[in-house]
Amino acid sequence: MPGVEKGPGPDAVFAAKLAEGTFEIQKCGGCGTHVFHPRVICPACGGADLGWVTPTGRGTVYARTVVRRKPERGGDYNVVLVDLEEGVRMMSRIDGIAHDRIVAGLKVTASVGEGAEGEPAVVFLPEGGAQ
Amino acid sequence: MSLRGKAAIVGAALAGCGEAHGKSAMEITIEAVHGALADAGIALGEVDAIATCQPLDMLSGLTLAQELGLSPKFTMNNRIGGSSFLSHTLWAAMLLELRLADTVLICYGSNQRTASGKLMTSLGLPTYEAPYRPLFPLSSYALAADRHMTQFGTTREQLADVAVATRAWAQKNPEAFLRDPLKREDVIASRLVSDPLRVRDCCLVTDGGGAIVMRRAETAKDHPNPPVYLLGGGEGTTHRDISEMADLTVTGAVQSGQTAMDMAGVRPAEIDVVQLYDAFTINVILFLEDLGFCRKGEGGAFVADGGIAPGGHLPVNTNGGGLSCVHPGMYGIFTLVEAVRQLRGDAGARQIGGAELALAHGNGGVLSSQVTNILGTEATL
Ligand SMILES: [Zn+2]
Repeated sequence: MPGVEKGPGPDAVFAAKLAEGTFEIQKCGGCGTHVFHPRVICPACGGADLGWVTPTGRGTVYARTVVRRKPERGGDYNVVLVDLEEGVRMMSRIDGIAHDRIVAGLKVTASVGEGAEGEPAVVFLPEGGAQ
Repeated sequence: MSLRGKAAIVGAALAGCGEAHGKSAMEITIEAVHGALADAGIALGEVDAIATCQPLDMLSGLTLAQELGLSPKFTMNNRIGGSSFLSHTLWAAMLLELRLADTVLICYGSNQRTASGKLMTSLGLPTYEAPYRPLFPLSSYALAADRHMTQFGTTREQLADVAVATRAWAQKNPEAFLRDPLKREDVIASRLVSDPLRVRDCCLVTDGGGAIVMRRAETAKDHPNPPVYLLGGGEGTTHRDISEMADLTVTGAVQSGQTAMDMAGVRPAEIDVVQLYDAFTINVILFLEDLGFCRKGEGGAFVADGGIAPGGHLPVNTNGGGLSCVHPGMYGIFTLVEAVRQLRGDAGARQIGGAELALAHGNGGVLSSQVTNILGTEATL
């Protein structure tokens, strides 16, 4: 099919990159829009020319919640939505800062860390490092 | 061509609300169906189109046909979450108007409380959210509430006032599950689950079922109860996962509400009684804004200090809502049944005097699907 790549789909490509410690998002060759989560076609223009680029990693917290859990069950943890400089949003977690100090507008920086099951996952630290 | 007033709800019933020990989800559903058919004075064999959506049974439309012993001309099983039933009414009106069906049954039932004690769902966490363990669906709504508070200064107290108002309505409804007094301080002192949402910001986990029967307007008066006409309807889908929602403070209810009100030819100020899918307190604030009952960002002030409670400026969720009356996983059908009762004048101590126009609004997923129905009495045709 014209314009559509052979081989693994964008989810698998993203996961393979993440497993190697690399965080990349897509960028549309047709209209220049950055895209996350990984997709087959660009939601802005419908084109299938989506390539992979390395984001700056700089982002801003858009919204946050703290899931409250008893200490014996692992304690509280935060869940945030972060807007990357490229204009895409993702769910993540902020490490290196007290949960109650995470507020919308906080500047953060991406890195590849671990998700709930120890799987590779994009997480964020406050800009300038842990506080 | 418009669907305005072309179809009507001629029968409605609830079943198994609260705790329905020893009953399956489909058994509760069928009990509601039996009640709605009796309410309409319609024989089972007259039903020629059916609609349902159940959380665990992917083919629930087929199960429903089987349990009813019917071979319907149309079986609608569209699954857009708790809003599904308000979409089913639109499809029902289309089938009726095109004379592809004559009697449409829409129904739901769940035994989630007595079967599991928690939300029963076949959904798992989305791929790009799972590593961060958001509570499903609670943390998604918590993020929306957090954003609304950040952006508009909506307060913890205003969220609480939604739950307080809803409980005050529930106290007037003998069928409501929770009827003991609830104060703002009680909500704010309840257990924090996912900031800023606390236990009393969250809908109940109950059993329950509901059913309605729809017919063309031309025959709608041949039944024991006054018909409730579908004047308008609209849908809005904006995402599936909360991380893909463009603006957490603006839902698809903007589109669904405008579409429904344009079809009905009514403005928000003309609506007498409002039934909103209140899975969480923030929902009510968002939907009141997006449906045009107040301006964006002013929902908190609108609901504060009894604004939507008995005696307030707009009666919202007069049955006690999902927060205090009933919430068996998918609540949409219950907004319709309560709207029917209000428009028939059958709502007892919670009856809104002279109610002619009602709005019922369903929410599906995590603020993902929004569906609005405008319903009216014969006087509104
Ligand atoms: Zn594009």
